[in-house]
Amino acid sequence: MRYITVFILSLIFWLLLTFKLTVPNIIVGAVASLICSLIFTRFFISNVYKLLQPHRYFWFIIYLVVFIWECIKANLDVAYRVLHPAMPIRPGIVKVKTTLKSDLAKTLLANSITMTPGTITVDIIDDYLYIHWIYVRSEDPEVYTGLITGAFEKYIKRIIE
Amino acid sequence: MTDFLNILLYIQIALSGICLYRIIRGPSIPDRMVGVDIFGILVVGICAIISIQTEKSFILDIGIAWIILSFIGTLTLAKYLTGKKLNE
Amino acid sequence: MNNMISLIFITIGILFNLLGCIGIIRLPDTYNRLQAATKCVTLGCCSILFGVFFHFGISNAGIKALIAIPILFLGSTVAAHALIRGTYHFGIKLGEKSVKDDYKDAVQ
Repeated sequence: MRYITVFILSLIFWLLLTFKLTVPNIIVGAVASLICSLIFTRFFISNVYKLLQPHRYFWFIIYLVVFIWECIKANLDVAYRVLHPAMPIRPGIVKVKTTLKSDLAKTLLANSITMTPGTITVDIIDDYLYIHWIYVRSEDPEVYTGLITGAFEKYIKRIIE
Repeated sequence: MTDFLNILLYIQIALSGICLYRIIRGPSIPDRMVGVDIFGILVVGICAIISIQTEKSFILDIGIAWIILSFIGTLTLAKYLTGKKLNE
Repeated sequence: MNNMISLIFITIGILFNLLGCIGIIRLPDTYNRLQAATKCVTLGCCSILFGVFFHFGISNAGIKALIAIPILFLGSTVAAHALIRGTYHFGIKLGEKSVKDDYKDAVQ
């Protein structure tokens, strides 16, 4: 079942990329997708039936809107820090605990954190994320955990788990 | 319209020149690698603008391939920085 | 009309790229440079590609530009993450203004 899912997804990707619905094109795409599905299925998510549940897509769209808004805020933040003559930076690496369990969810959370204002993920060890912060706003672990992961964790939990 | 697009293209090329400054000048090896990474992303922007100017779609293919290649290159360089062999 | 919207998106993208490149020159150490540059330049190039999508509409080239956006996002964020981790393991110290370093205990 996982093999078939990867095959269909890569065939759709091929058709979007070439944008031509002729028979030779589909045959070439099918062969390439077959090779891809044989090699790369072991990296795919284990429960493919999650792809068929519509409420996950609904939360994904809401997550996308929040994410783009945070991205724009991040850019304005960087612009403020770069153009300010005194450069108000106060960098540091902080340790944040996450409640997410699966690897895919942790990766998505780390990617989101990288694009939010002033933070970039350095490493993930077990349940802890190490985050380089350009302006450490507080020294208290509970406060900065809420500031960094609070915006995304609940959406990612609904999307993936 | 075309003139304005030309100006934007020149600005983008000048920005990649700034990245070259960081690559040449950077005091340590990781600084140069940051320059290489950012340079790779800026080239994608140059490809996109040229594809509008020439109205040809294959230049965007070059852009997508460039994204993936610069991604793999950066990962390799980062692995070199951590001091591991490539097969670990 | 579509040309106008696409030009606006491309101009915004190049402004973001400009900010990122100023950051790469001005900020004092590797970590902060990487941080500013990755955010600004990634969103700038995504904005340029979105402008290209508006210019071509739904066609061969437009769909390609749209596909390039998620690839660029995932690729550049993962690359930045690998690069900053490599920088730390290489032995570059955090900048002089740093106030906190929790990662030091985890590495040893």
